Amino acid sequence: MSLPVRVGTLLVAFLAVVGGAIFVVIQFFLAGPPVVDYTAGVTPGQTVSVTLQEDAQNTVTNKPDWVSYFIQDPVTHAWVHTTLFKVPAGATIDVTILGYDGCTPLRNPFWGKVTGTIGNVEYVNGKATSVLNSWAQCSVAHTFSIPGIDLNVPVASPTTLAANNNLCGTSPCTSGPHTTVTFSFKAPTTPGDYFWQCRIPCGLGYLDGFGGPMQTIGYMTGQMEVVS
Amino acid sequence: MAIETEPGTIQHPGGGGPAGAGGARPWWMRLGFHTAVIGAVLGYLFGHWLGNYYAVPGPGSPAAYQQIGFADANDFAIVLGYLFMVIGWLAGLGVFNDLGRQMVGRPLHDVEHEDSRGLARYFRYTLDHKVVGIQYLVGMIIYFCTAGLFAMAIRTELLSPVHHVFSSSVYIEIVGEHGTMMMMLMTSVILGPFGNYLIPLMIGAKRVAFPRLEALSFWLTPVAFLILLSAILLGGFHMGWTGYPVLSVQDTEGADAYAFAFGLMGISMILAGFNILITVICYRAPGMRWSRLPMFVWGILGTAVMMTLAAPILVGGMYMLLTDRTVQTAFFTSRLGGSTYLYQDLFWFFGHPEVYILALPGFGIVCELLPVFCRKPLFGYKVAAAGIIGVTLLSFFVWQHHLFDSGINPDMRPLFMLTTELISIPTGFIFLVAMGTLWKAKIRFTVPMLFCLAFFFNFLIGGITGVFVSDVPADTTEHGSFFVMAHFHYTIMGGLIFAFMGGCYYWLPKMLGIKLDQRLGKVHFWLMFLGFNSTFLPLFAVGLAGQPRRVFEYARNLQTLNDWVSISSFFLGASILIFVINFVWSTVVVRERETGNPWESRGLEWQVPSPPPAHNFEHVPVVLSGPYEYGVPGSPPVADLNPPVGVLTAAFSGTETARAEA
Amino acid sequence: MTAESQAPAPGQAGPSHGRRIFLLWIVLALAADLLIWFVLGPHLPPGKMSTTAVENQTAIKLMAVMSAPVLVLVLVYFGYALVVWRQREGDDADGPPIHGDTRIQTIWIVGTTVVVLALAVYGTVALWTSHGAGAGEGPAPIWNPPGATATAAEQQTPWAPGKVLQVQVIAQQWKFTYRYPQFGGFETTALILPESQWIQFNVTSIDVIHSFWAYQLGVKADANPGVNNIAYTKAAQLGNVTVRCAELCGLWHGAMFDYGRVVTLAQFQAWTAATSTQLTSITQQLPAYDTTYDPTQIQQLSKVLVALGVTGAGGGYYPGADPAQP
Repeated sequence: MSLPVRVGTLLVAFLAVVGGAIFVVIQFFLAGPPVVDYTAGVTPGQTVSVTLQEDAQNTVTNKPDWVSYFIQDPVTHAWVHTTLFKVPAGATIDVTILGYDGCTPLRNPFWGKVTGTIGNVEYVNGKATSVLNSWAQCSVAHTFSIPGIDLNVPVASPTTLAANNNLCGTSPCTSGPHTTVTFSFKAPTTPGDYFWQCRIPCGLGYLDGFGGPMQTIGYMTGQMEVVS
Repeated sequence: MAIETEPGTIQHPGGGGPAGAGGARPWWMRLGFHTAVIGAVLGYLFGHWLGNYYAVPGPGSPAAYQQIGFADANDFAIVLGYLFMVIGWLAGLGVFNDLGRQMVGRPLHDVEHEDSRGLARYFRYTLDHKVVGIQYLVGMIIYFCTAGLFAMAIRTELLSPVHHVFSSSVYIEIVGEHGTMMMMLMTSVILGPFGNYLIPLMIGAKRVAFPRLEALSFWLTPVAFLILLSAILLGGFHMGWTGYPVLSVQDTEGADAYAFAFGLMGISMILAGFNILITVICYRAPGMRWSRLPMFVWGILGTAVMMTLAAPILVGGMYMLLTDRTVQTAFFTSRLGGSTYLYQDLFWFFGHPEVYILALPGFGIVCELLPVFCRKPLFGYKVAAAGIIGVTLLSFFVWQHHLFDSGINPDMRPLFMLTTELISIPTGFIFLVAMGTLWKAKIRFTVPMLFCLAFFFNFLIGGITGVFVSDVPADTTEHGSFFVMAHFHYTIMGGLIFAFMGGCYYWLPKMLGIKLDQRLGKVHFWLMFLGFNSTFLPLFAVGLAGQPRRVFEYARNLQTLNDWVSISSFFLGASILIFVINFVWSTVVVRERETGNPWESRGLEWQVPSPPPAHNFEHVPVVLSGPYEYGVPGSPPVADLNPPVGVLTAAFSGTETARAEA
Repeated sequence: MTAESQAPAPGQAGPSHGRRIFLLWIVLALAADLLIWFVLGPHLPPGKMSTTAVENQTAIKLMAVMSAPVLVLVLVYFGYALVVWRQREGDDADGPPIHGDTRIQTIWIVGTTVVVLALAVYGTVALWTSHGAGAGEGPAPIWNPPGATATAAEQQTPWAPGKVLQVQVIAQQWKFTYRYPQFGGFETTALILPESQWIQFNVTSIDVIHSFWAYQLGVKADANPGVNNIAYTKAAQLGNVTVRCAELCGLWHGAMFDYGRVVTLAQFQAWTAATSTQLTSITQQLPAYDTTYDPTQIQQLSKVLVALGVTGAGGGYYPGADPAQP
């Protein structure tokens, strides 16, 4: 091959490699679920209301049997399939979680105790509760836990067999047996990313129930971004 | 059955004959890379379908694994898909054709009738060890650079302890890809290109013992590389290159790609090592006694022994991991009778010889290069050989030092502390040999020599910090931290990769017959040496200050150090880019011919033209003296390339010593 | 340490390279060692907060002191060689044909062997005298402080100052919790330890492999499921302890860290008394204290109404063999 042909081939190959690398980075590495913004238009000292729901299945991804959280967008009130949200530092956060999934025992029953909330209680369908026993009764579907600030809230489940056999099968759920859990906590004053997770082993089909959705952002684990 | 007492066609041992040559057809009609890709795709589709048919719950499904329905993930289909993909890839290359021919008694392709010209043979399953060597060289550079890009991504993420470029899931995927790609593919980074290419030339042979196994060992590497990369498409694997259960059993589909690719590469290692072993033992030219064997061959020989003996354990361990992930065996599940320690022991029984597989070729190269650029014999040849043999043997007895804190039987720890300390004795021999060779030498600061010297600097730090981690009380703080990570980067990258670069600059004129730009080489060297040390030296402090490995968040007061390291690593990456540019530009564009012996080396490989002719030597040479006899007055040339008729017969009849000395 | 002290060849009038190198080496090595021992030594990680941390620190210091002369020797030699023995302009001749020197080789081999064996002996003795040097010794440790015990029953007998304090570290994805069996078995996320008391960490996991690394205490013990990994330490100073997970354990391994504290004896006793009463309600729901746990074994499972017919605690991964089936 002559010199210009060789140089040309090299250039094309180089550009292909660079292009391929950029494509991989953008498509696979930087892509992710959207972040729901709860900081827009919030004045300092104002309480922020965050609403989530957890579903037994989902009908919006290619993993229909994976349990998943959804977060409600504060402006459009649409349910977004994500677990990433942004709150202002130091604000009081009022959280409402709609629990549409059925019960499963915790691997460590210690996490049945509510910690890190204001008053160390959660309100299950309006009733103040500080401990849920997932080993002796059908009571807990998931938890909402932020280990970095020692926040742990077991999310109650419907308690009857009939309800557990008739769980909502589409997502995001708008009807079906569910519980409403509310609690409040104070966002940390130091900005940063605080991961949150569920502690109920609901990754069925994975060893110990802790794989799959439990370790995939956008399903049962995510991040609370605290911005100043 | 009639036995032919007067056969019509000439019989060659191992089969052979004119039926093998097929040079008349154009490249796209012959088996090669393109047919291999087609075979791989078809194989994957078939395997995946088979896995789905067999395991997805449904009427008529033979096995129907329940957990597939729960998890919406069929690992069984993925693994079978990969398996048939590899079979299809090899079938498309024509790997099984000779096997088939031999089974039905037809003549085979043989080494003597291989194509000896043209670019297309580099994309084929070829029996010429020199072509395989070049294939390996290009492949290894591609694998190294890909894994290096992942490393750049890691350091980008670690620029800030609180602001994250990648999500934690992507970050740990990147860490795993970098580590696994390097650890599994760089085992053959010197043995593949330089070992396969040069060993026959250095021992005076016209071929290797098992050319088909050698070529197969190469062709398994691109498919292993691609399978490992395909993990990204499956969501990545999240357990790092060590793949410890329970995490690896719990992980999503990407972990199948990891286990399969790693096991496949283990098979490649076994084949490559085995071939080298038998070639060196059986194919040495007359006069090539063990005491005249070039040190590079000794180094590769030790590597080959370790590969052949340790890699099977890896294949077994990965196989068990795959069965745990697909068909619900419980090898590594403690509540059902298995044990996580089983995996750790299997993995590290392979894993420790693996890191010596990564160190020994470097020893071989630097011992080979030092005499040439010091113009003196190698000091303490027997000590160097003993060092290599000692490391090879002892490497199988130290693996539990990776498990000091994991809860193994406490009696074991003083034992393995002792064996690990002992292995530093043969490792230290290399420094004695180097220092002795440098004594009153005439040092030539060529680019290969610069890399050689840098090897010693880096391996000194790497080796000494290895002693730090071998001590159990100190290891309590150092294990699992960046200290260990800096230690092994110093020995592996500072040792092996620097030696690889030195080998490239030294041997590419021989292998390709072209000159590499020496000025760019010096720029490459200085940027790489300074960038490398600037990147990894602070990491010892970072590790001792408490930063564990594989974390995306670290203490804020370590940010300055981490930023220094990250910026230095970008310079290190730039130096590798300079090397690639130099290599590609010199080889493809400039192509300045190099025909002689530019380094004035006594090595047997330099006594033939560059690049060597098709069968290396016209006649099997008779070796007359060792390759390091610089400055020895009246020393005979290293070999007689045109031995008189009758010498070979005499050599094989046992009077070789007397004749060779004549 | 081995030294290159070759006298010049007889009749050779020239610089004594060996002597020069030796002098350079001895001065620099001595300086380095003194610097390490006296200046750097007291500040080496992980510090002096506990007996095992001191042992870690001493080990690192000792090895630095022993390896500095080796490092200096090789660097000085190489530096000297590269300056003095470089090929001069126009000189194309080969160097002297030295194939080896039995004396030097023997000195080197013997010297390195002695150093290495000494280090191995030191390491073993250090492990013995410090009761394991903070490293996890597994479920049957051999270097124990007096009063240490590996059985769950004995670990629950109430604690008094002077006895070995039992702290169980339960590692799970992605937080450490700590159980104090001698105080009724309460579980907490806070690691509060008394100073000057022997502490036995019983480290276990209920899912994947983690590793409990208490940096300032110089303790590191892997947490394996179904295995009790025991490590000992005795805190010598008050202060904060950074606890990090040192074994990749999943998505949030990098964020699995927290902080513990070493407090005075009085503060510790007050804390345990207050916490055990405060946590009584949840302590009653915990499984009985044991050295390892199988979370798929749930005693009262018949009371749990599970719609799918399989519990998540095992993940439904081994359908027939997962023991927790209602």
